[in-house]
Amino acid sequence: MSSLNQIAQITLINLQNVPRRLGTSLVVVVGIAGVVGVLVSVLAMGEGFRHTLASTGRSSRVIMLRAGSDAEMSSGVGRDQATLLGALPGAARDEGGRPLVSAELFVMVDLPRQGQADPNNVPFRGVQPAAFAIRDEVRIIEGRRYERGVREVIVGRKAAREFAGLGVGSHIAFRDSDWTVVGTFESGGDVHESEIWADAEVAMSAFRRTGFQSVTATLADPTDGGLADLRASIARDRRLSINVLREPEYYARQASILSRLIGVLGYSVATFMAIGATFGALNCMYSAIASRQTEIATLRAIGFGGAPVVVSVMIEALALALVGGVVGATLAYVYCDGASLSTLNFNTFSQVAFDFRVTPGLLLQGMVWALLIGAAGGLLPAIRAARVPVTVALRTA
Amino acid sequence: MKYLPLVWAQLFRRKTRTVLTVLSVLVAFLLFGLLQAVQIAFESGADSADAKRLLTTARYSIIEPLPMAYSTRIERVPGVVAVAYADWFGAKYQNESNAFAVFAVEPARYLDMYPEFEIAPGQREAFIKTRTGAVAGQRLVDRYGWKIGQKLPISSEIHAKTDGSLDWEFDLVGVFDADDPAVRANTEVVLINVAYFDEARQFGRGKTGWYITRIADAEQARTIAADVDRLFMNSPDETKTAPEKEFAIGFAKQIGDIGALVTRILLAVFFTILILTGNTMAQAIRERIPELAILKTLGFSNLAVTALVLGEAALLLALGATLGMLTAVGIIPGLNSATGGRFPPLFVHAETFIWAAGVALVLALAVGLPPAVRVHRLRIVEALAGHR
Repeated sequence: MSSLNQIAQITLINLQNVPRRLGTSLVVVVGIAGVVGVLVSVLAMGEGFRHTLASTGRSSRVIMLRAGSDAEMSSGVGRDQATLLGALPGAARDEGGRPLVSAELFVMVDLPRQGQADPNNVPFRGVQPAAFAIRDEVRIIEGRRYERGVREVIVGRKAAREFAGLGVGSHIAFRDSDWTVVGTFESGGDVHESEIWADAEVAMSAFRRTGFQSVTATLADPTDGGLADLRASIARDRRLSINVLREPEYYARQASILSRLIGVLGYSVATFMAIGATFGALNCMYSAIASRQTEIATLRAIGFGGAPVVVSVMIEALALALVGGVVGATLAYVYCDGASLSTLNFNTFSQVAFDFRVTPGLLLQGMVWALLIGAAGGLLPAIRAARVPVTVALRTA
Repeated sequence: MKYLPLVWAQLFRRKTRTVLTVLSVLVAFLLFGLLQAVQIAFESGADSADAKRLLTTARYSIIEPLPMAYSTRIERVPGVVAVAYADWFGAKYQNESNAFAVFAVEPARYLDMYPEFEIAPGQREAFIKTRTGAVAGQRLVDRYGWKIGQKLPISSEIHAKTDGSLDWEFDLVGVFDADDPAVRANTEVVLINVAYFDEARQFGRGKTGWYITRIADAEQARTIAADVDRLFMNSPDETKTAPEKEFAIGFAKQIGDIGALVTRILLAVFFTILILTGNTMAQAIRERIPELAILKTLGFSNLAVTALVLGEAALLLALGATLGMLTAVGIIPGLNSATGGRFPPLFVHAETFIWAAGVALVLALAVGLPPAVRVHRLRIVEALAGHR
């Protein structure tokens, strides 16, 4: 009999046996499902956060901050500087010849989450009219755009969902001013959907600011050469001390701390759980081979080799692990995918709302973990099954 | 207690199985200890809060500045003992944004407000007297290898000097530390003298970030907070005052419900452990039905045999839980040094041990009761006859 045939035979017998050892088999499945479920859900949280920031901005656009600042929050661009930046030849122009440049005010306002009372740092952005032509991904999905010169705001889709009192038609009090929410916008799931937008001039007077935080512009020439030219013209002007970054580069940086933290949490918890699950799998497979000691010994007595026994035990362990992996990944997908969350981004000190993203890559990673645990839990028992002398096995059974 | 050897012998009847089960339980409790420590670290602000301290920030946004002149007015509110203030410097050190926090403070007032920060009297005096002086928490000093007397070059992302430069330099004149591990996380800060900072900065002179107020009676915290806010109502800079603890809890809530996240992970962990140990126990008892029947024959009462089975479950969980918590305590110092201070210091709180004991007890009952009931109902004749 070929080894392959032998493997198939023994594996079949083993698998037919599984229902009789449902309890122990269940331990492997549940243990591995737990590991995979936790791993996939925590990483899906990190993935969702990273995706939200990574999908913000286009490489054809730049954000300009005061030199030395890494985030809008700590940046400051005076009115005079903003005017100079708006006139630079490196910025693209619309059909009417107006530069696609928006100097923006960026402040935090305190708003409670839905159904809570504690304040959260919600980002509030005052934008210039060009902002909508620059970020053409922004679309009003409810209500209308704010009118210039009026205390009206539009609210990002995710901010409206996470924070209380941001429905169209409601009033919000910031500082000594009362604002009306006139619209809700979406922008392709990016970070701006966590923000509140208003007319920059109105916002500056209401928040008593004399300068902006950043300037966003569309590059006339989106190549590296065009960017270098823009940087060079800024560097030539002694009145400007400005750092220029492509938007994707800027927003990817804003994800660094939290992404790392979530990754560390997910992988370390899953590693510990995997160790625990491996012990469970070992236990199960040892008891599986113990309960079949006579069968295995008999098979070997009539000519089956040691290798087919090892392989068949491994296949059983891997099959159980796969079931566990599928259960865990399914649970993570059903309960987490698309679930929304808002947290404090440590890089910007402001709230970011995002959705859990269970990606195919994460599911695959979960399966790999499941199979590794199954392999680790099956190997030692498999070897033992193959090495117990036939006579001993038959006598002690 | 005299049955302990018997329970022990029963438990280790099948060594491999028991050892593997204990190891799984160990890992579960290790995770419990670590995750609780992480949760407490995130919420430690609330833990180290002093009930007699109030924090005052700008009403509409924590980042808006307040006039420094408010201190004299807050001081006059009945029930207020002392007032200090601090301003956010927005530090960038060795090209890293927010590597640590830097607060501009009035040295004496601020250090008096936080008596839990221990500093040598001579260094305190030096900080008060040196306009360009700075003091730093021990953890920062250790991390960066600073020496007292050296210059500290720190850039600000927010405050430019009058010459437009964002690069500042301070003289490190002292180091402070705290004994309480919950407070130690708060010492990761550099304090600079506001006298120099305010004079040398280009914008925002005469403004500060937030006020800290000490009150005589914690019971009156709410009344006094309302009194303070009333002082500045309808002024250009309205305030919001709350006890330090509420402030810290509010901040932890900004991050989100860490507690719920940790709880969900732990539920998954313990559910797995429940299935695992439950299965082990059921298996172990099933194999020993004839032995237990013999014990009954020898005169052990139903109750005694039931207790033996429950004891076995309890011993299994107790072993795993104890070893797990000890491992957590053992590896946390390593973790703390591995994170290099990037994360608040972790430690296993006394409460966590009590919780662990509670969880272990519940698990022991959950996995021990079904087989125990089965053994309780066991009929000797049937069991010995080989009914399995």
